Amino acid sequence: MFYRENGQFKTSYRSDQQIFPVAQDRIALGLLALVAFVAVPMLASDYLFRAVLVPFLILSLAAIGLNVLVGYCGQISLGTGAFMAVGAYAAYNLNARIEGMPLLLSLIGGGLFAMAFGVLFGIPSLRIRGLYLAVATLAAQFFVDWFTNRVPWVTNRSSSGSVSVAALDLFGIPMDTPARRYLLCLALLVLLGLMAKNLVRGAIGREWMAMRDMDVAAAVIGIRPVYAKLSAFAVSSFIVGVAGALWGFVHLGAWEPAAFGIDKSFQLLFMVIIGGLGSIVGAVFGAAFIVLLPLLLNYVPHWLGLPLSTGTAAFLEHMIFGALIVFFLIVEPHGLAALWSTARQKLRLWPFPH
Amino acid sequence: MKFQSIALAAAIAAAGLSSAMLPAPARAQAAGEQFVPLLVYRTGQFAPLGIPWADGKQDYLKLVNARDGGVNGVKLSYEECETAYDAAKGVECYDRLKGKGTGASGFDPQSTGITFAVTDKAFNDKVTIETMGYGLSQSVDGAVFEWNFPLLGTYWTATDVILQDIAKKEKGSLKGKKIALVYHDSPYGKEPIVLLQKMAAQEGFELSLFPVTPPGVEQKSTWLQIRQQRPDYVLFWSAGVMTPAGIREAQASGFPRDKMYSVWWAGSDHDVKDIGEAAKGYNTVTIHNSAARDKVHDDLKKFVYDKGQGTAASADEIGVMAHTRGMMISMLQVEAIRTAQEKYGKGKTLTPEQVRWGFENLDLSAEKLKALGFGDIMRPIKTSCSNHMGTDWARIAQWDGSKWVVQSDWYQARKANLDPLVAEYSAKYAKDKNIKPRSCS
Amino acid sequence: MGFFLETLFGGLMAGMLYALIAIGFVLIFKASGVFNFAQGAMVLFAALTMARFAEWIPQWTGLHGMLVVNLLAAAVAALAMVVVAWLVERLVLRHLVNQEGITLLMATLGISYFLDGAGQLLFGSSTYKIDIGMPKDPMFVLENVFQGGLLLSREDLYAAAMAALLVLLLTLFFQKTRTGRALRAVADDHQAAQSIGIPLSRIWVIVWSVGGLVALVAGMIWGSKLGVQYSISLVALKAFPVVILGGLTSVPGAILGGLIIGVGEKLSEIYIGPMVGGGIENWFAYVLALAFLLVRPQGLFGDKIIDRV
Repeated sequence: MFYRENGQFKTSYRSDQQIFPVAQDRIALGLLALVAFVAVPMLASDYLFRAVLVPFLILSLAAIGLNVLVGYCGQISLGTGAFMAVGAYAAYNLNARIEGMPLLLSLIGGGLFAMAFGVLFGIPSLRIRGLYLAVATLAAQFFVDWFTNRVPWVTNRSSSGSVSVAALDLFGIPMDTPARRYLLCLALLVLLGLMAKNLVRGAIGREWMAMRDMDVAAAVIGIRPVYAKLSAFAVSSFIVGVAGALWGFVHLGAWEPAAFGIDKSFQLLFMVIIGGLGSIVGAVFGAAFIVLLPLLLNYVPHWLGLPLSTGTAAFLEHMIFGALIVFFLIVEPHGLAALWSTARQKLRLWPFPH
Repeated sequence: MKFQSIALAAAIAAAGLSSAMLPAPARAQAAGEQFVPLLVYRTGQFAPLGIPWADGKQDYLKLVNARDGGVNGVKLSYEECETAYDAAKGVECYDRLKGKGTGASGFDPQSTGITFAVTDKAFNDKVTIETMGYGLSQSVDGAVFEWNFPLLGTYWTATDVILQDIAKKEKGSLKGKKIALVYHDSPYGKEPIVLLQKMAAQEGFELSLFPVTPPGVEQKSTWLQIRQQRPDYVLFWSAGVMTPAGIREAQASGFPRDKMYSVWWAGSDHDVKDIGEAAKGYNTVTIHNSAARDKVHDDLKKFVYDKGQGTAASADEIGVMAHTRGMMISMLQVEAIRTAQEKYGKGKTLTPEQVRWGFENLDLSAEKLKALGFGDIMRPIKTSCSNHMGTDWARIAQWDGSKWVVQSDWYQARKANLDPLVAEYSAKYAKDKNIKPRSCS
Repeated sequence: MGFFLETLFGGLMAGMLYALIAIGFVLIFKASGVFNFAQGAMVLFAALTMARFAEWIPQWTGLHGMLVVNLLAAAVAALAMVVVAWLVERLVLRHLVNQEGITLLMATLGISYFLDGAGQLLFGSSTYKIDIGMPKDPMFVLENVFQGGLLLSREDLYAAAMAALLVLLLTLFFQKTRTGRALRAVADDHQAAQSIGIPLSRIWVIVWSVGGLVALVAGMIWGSKLGVQYSISLVALKAFPVVILGGLTSVPGAILGGLIIGVGEKLSEIYIGPMVGGGIENWFAYVLALAFLLVRPQGLFGDKIIDRV
């Protein structure tokens, strides 16, 4: 009843091809933006910002990046933690070595370095496919783990291997309160998310999807595999690199190489699969699921009222997390995005059954 | 089926959102309790070390409550938070617990990596970080590191003591000897490197470095290289499962265990118990005399374990070195609270800043330590504004196949070697972070 | 020269141990098409079960002979792995038939989290001992040819022998028994196998059990070498390059891949490592596998990937 599209006639190609053709969608998104940009900073607590919202936003961005590679282009990558690490360390070096480097330039610079790195490690994808590629990308992961640990100039000759970032400021406004950091991450997420969405709606996105579905046929009709695959790696690594720089600068503040280890790669892959492959909004849903689930599991022992040792609680969390992942994959293998689109389909007809 | 899955997803989303809206659960906090947060790792690659350490920390707090009724009547409340040795989780635990009760009395992150991450925040949050026997070695300098307290020893003092013991074995001179450092490739393992390089230049020995990728399960190549290079001594900076793996590889490659010296975290019972005879001769440096058994252990058994209140799975853990060190950490925390109460009001709950004053003005004489039950374990310690470590004594203990035997006499780290390095690195830290050092007159 | 031979030997032995874990992967992939990320967790679970029961059986029954206790503990662990296999098939695989490879991969990742947590919850996260009587001291050979002799680890030799025996038993199982033939049929073509009446779900239980038993043997050997603790599940990460180098569907490939990776790793760490600061063997193994894959994208003995347009 509310979601009917009748009456919304498009009279130009431009309006027909717009990103949100349904007026209700635009209104809903406008309201969401209002809530996210205005209401949340006013209402949320510091703990909520620091522990829930900022990690959720940064990991959504990384998941969008990974989804471009895995969901749209079909190249399974298990080395995403490495790309985040490259972005974070590159941004750190730009920040630390160049006097007065603006924050945004450091972040974008980190993304660009990650892009170069991603293209380099994407070259094997031209020859290797499927699960073999997945495991081969672990080479990138372990190489970066080693590189950031061993090479002194990466950490600006820090004797311990830990790096930390001084106070952040964006065009002179200090990013010291959690609300401001949240807004910075939100702005970058919206910007890069829109960029990704438009890329996948365009010609290059269609090339990626063609490579995913049947790369031999795609090559036959004239899509250059080199260009398509490497551009997917480039765009994906750029977004993931910016997310990594944000993770280090805004969320952690000080980090060591172990912060971007293989667990992070698995976590991002979980987000993409559970959110739904091949869907930008799915990546955001997946990130929400994976960020909120451990927090929820943290409270379960309290709610049950049992006095559990922290070790036991941690193991139970692991078990429940694993079980829920499997359960979710069984119940909805196409992810939360599929649930969402089913909901929208039902909403179109509501209150009628068909 | 579709509706079921939609309902399921909606339920999960609702639960997740509701969990996000909930504040961190507030434990029933009785008025007049002093809160001590306990950051621990009972899971992960370091769990074998973390479990007895955490048990020791909690046990001592229970003992103080049971035996003494708290500190001058103020009972101690505590809450454990699992970090799994991960810096991000450690920071999350820190953020969650720093404001609890009247404020966190002090944090023992149990990890050098987490210490790095949390030290920056502690300056703004004004909370003490107690890093007994680990952490930033340069944080001895209290003028720069107002909130860090590496009590009783740091990795630099450990290194120096080990080198002194080796020199003693080598008739006073290390010149021409080859010393290798096999270390966990993390901030923890890298700490001694700068001092070792300085001492190698100074004393004339040859230093080789062998990093081991965490978790350190696979060390065959490291020990093959050691067999190739044949160093005279191996310093072993490991923890958790890396330690027994290393000792077993040493055995498999024929390196004599009595030429191995490990830092204190790699020298506790769980590291060598399963290896038994084959680890005979393995040396470790102890923080003060943490290998000893004293009255506090008996008190713990009497007041806590015999009543079934002990944290560890069995009372056999009392006396295990890692457990004793946990107790020492809690004891120093409690004494800091007690010292602060002398100034700010006996029987009152204190803010973190007040407890910090207590840490900075610790003065535990031999009689006091004896009364507390630590007379054999620790030597007197006195902290001050410029010296946040107190006095750093250590001894060398050796595994004889079934138990640890204290081999050596007391050593103290040589100030001439350490002070310039502490000054240099703390000045660098102050410059990097724009910290104005306090004046410690 | 002597040291080079020692390194070579050390690498071969390490490679055999990696191959042991890789065989588990290959078996499960061949018959059920699932890349089992949970293999490491299965190794940990099996090793923990055996280590703890080896501790508890003397306490509960008073038996003390090492052989008897170890046999009983191993039997309990084997039973546990069969139960795990049955549960995995019943609760996970059956519901994920025909899903994409990556969904199955993620499901096994979820299983690995579950097994990690369950194992440590039931048995603890400290370090435990497995003592199957392996000799720990090294032996020195060819003392007249090389000064001081070549160092050979006797434990590694025994472990390699056990691994070889296991491969022999598996080969006999697959070639000579009825169930083995059924497993090969399923690995070849699921639908054809079903059409001649082979019950797919039972085959999957059997294959995951065999994978679990291989994990038990691997866990015994690694646990005896290093002690059983959570970190042992991370050894599986070392077996990935072996699997992709040898080909996801080939057991001889896993062995050859293991040997190549083992030797390559050790030689690189000892001869190239010092030039760049050490610690390179982890990623070098992957880069080595990657290099091989660039020449043969399906691994040394893997099934050729055929695309139908």
